Amino acid sequence: MTTGTSAFTIAQADEPFIRWDWIGRNLDDLWAATQEHIVLTVIAVGVGLVVSLGLSIIALRWRKTYTPITWVTGILYTIPSLALFAFLVPITGLTMLTAQIGLVSYTLLILIRNIVAGIDGVPAHILEAARGMGYTPRRMFLDIQLPLALPVIIAGIRIATVTTIGLVTITALIGQGGLGFFILRGLQFFSAIGTTQILAGTVLSVALAVVADIGLLGLEKLLTPWARRRVTA
Amino acid sequence: MIRLTEVTKTFPGTSKPAVDKLSLSIGEGEVVVLVGPSGCGKTTTLKMINRLIEPTSGSITVAGQDILSMQAHELRRGIGYVIQQIGLFPHKTIAENIATVPSLLGWDKVRTDERVAELAQLVELSPEFLDRYPGELSGGQRQRVGVARALAADPPVLLMDEPFGAVDPIVRANLQDELLELQSRLKKTIVLVTHDIDEAIKLGDRVAILSEGGHLEQYDSPGEILRNPANEFVADFLGSDRGIKRLSLIPISEIKLDPGPVLSRRATREEALSVMARYDIGWAAIGDGADVEGWFTADDLEGHKTLRDVKARSFQIKLKPEDSLREALDAVITSHTAAAAVFDGDRYLGMATVDEISREIVQ
Repeated sequence: MTTGTSAFTIAQADEPFIRWDWIGRNLDDLWAATQEHIVLTVIAVGVGLVVSLGLSIIALRWRKTYTPITWVTGILYTIPSLALFAFLVPITGLTMLTAQIGLVSYTLLILIRNIVAGIDGVPAHILEAARGMGYTPRRMFLDIQLPLALPVIIAGIRIATVTTIGLVTITALIGQGGLGFFILRGLQFFSAIGTTQILAGTVLSVALAVVADIGLLGLEKLLTPWARRRVTA
Repeated sequence: MIRLTEVTKTFPGTSKPAVDKLSLSIGEGEVVVLVGPSGCGKTTTLKMINRLIEPTSGSITVAGQDILSMQAHELRRGIGYVIQQIGLFPHKTIAENIATVPSLLGWDKVRTDERVAELAQLVELSPEFLDRYPGELSGGQRQRVGVARALAADPPVLLMDEPFGAVDPIVRANLQDELLELQSRLKKTIVLVTHDIDEAIKLGDRVAILSEGGHLEQYDSPGEILRNPANEFVADFLGSDRGIKRLSLIPISEIKLDPGPVLSRRATREEALSVMARYDIGWAAIGDGADVEGWFTADDLEGHKTLRDVKARSFQIKLKPEDSLREALDAVITSHTAAAAVFDGDRYLGMATVDEISREIVQ
């Protein structure tokens, strides 16, 4: 019998499952971690979106590049996150940069696929009308293709955001991590204090994901008023 | 206004040209309809005029200017373009859609708004629709918006690719009438593509009939094409009913009207019956000169010695001299009367008879 197991057994016997008093005492830290979590997510999705837009434009302009682009981003997507950070730490250290390289990498495949699918999904006759009326390719992209692809692109952003919020917790291993900090630290306590920290980090992270998803859905509705108003007759 | 000289288009990967050395000249203010079976290159020809398709060889000028000498997007902003699927931008309001070309040309808001309101009125679109999205409009309304959008910057030339192909026949007929009405006021140079010969006959000042490979088989007024098809291909394409089709181009005023079985109130029953017998019909009209009040049947004469007290039935169909022989024929056939009364206002002119109408079919 190890001491760890016995400590856990004692904890179960003597203490309540959740130490609400710990939560009460650490509200400031929890809030700070939540903010950090949000910042890490926003930077990752934001940078991911900019990079993805750039790569999508390349893929749309030169069709032959689309397959290699999805190949590379697909491989990035499949590297286990722990392994990726393990590779990166010797190069970029225990820094926010390391965390972001990983987080951004994971958004690319989802975002690029959705951007390209969204742009490709714009009906050909709409583009023909636009060209026929004298749109230049650049203006057509900004004024017609991008807005019409928005629902599909935002769907991609929602998936990328929710995925990133989950992944941010892993970056706690390299000293980042937002709410992941509490999950990681909670794992080191075999007591109600530990359980409480794991739960607090997890619940807040999940809540963040849900709020972000609903928020982005609301943003989509706000940005695409035309998609809702249709005659049924 | 538009001149195609020896224009050829061969698409990459094909050996046979889609359009082969086509020369065509379209006058200012003229409606020219390109018509032909699928694969005849009519849409390719149309799209070469606004450079959505670049010709392989030959030259095209619009208003005397070689279209290849301008920037494609500049050229297109000066040419209205209407397509079958309309292609309204679903994320823009109707007003924004109509203002597409003005916005590309950088018009200010006041000028744009005024123009949009003017166009909505022109195509008879109620202003309440301007703030809606295309998805909220019916097919016919969307097609009107498509035409308004094409006319927005007042281009002298309008290209229409099967513009009424996607709407039902009744709406199509209305939109065709509206286009003709609009054209009578605007006098644009219109090139319209259709596969429907009836639409071509109805809308075109001149009709260009193309066969596979963009060969021009005949290019003339609808009346001339129907009267004198240039060859077998054209005759086949027009169909065996081309004689009847031609009737829609000839107004009633062009044929000799029969005075018709018209009797005054003083006429006797016997006189009435003998007139009916002479015309071999079971009815006659009551009237005096140009003043005809109605008609009666042989049965209506029962119990009357003269026409004095016979009740006159009113004419269900009163044709006008400007109506076409096609309408006259429809009236004669649907009313089972062998003749249809023609009035200029209240003035009776005579009867359009099957004999006189069919004389035009034979010719």
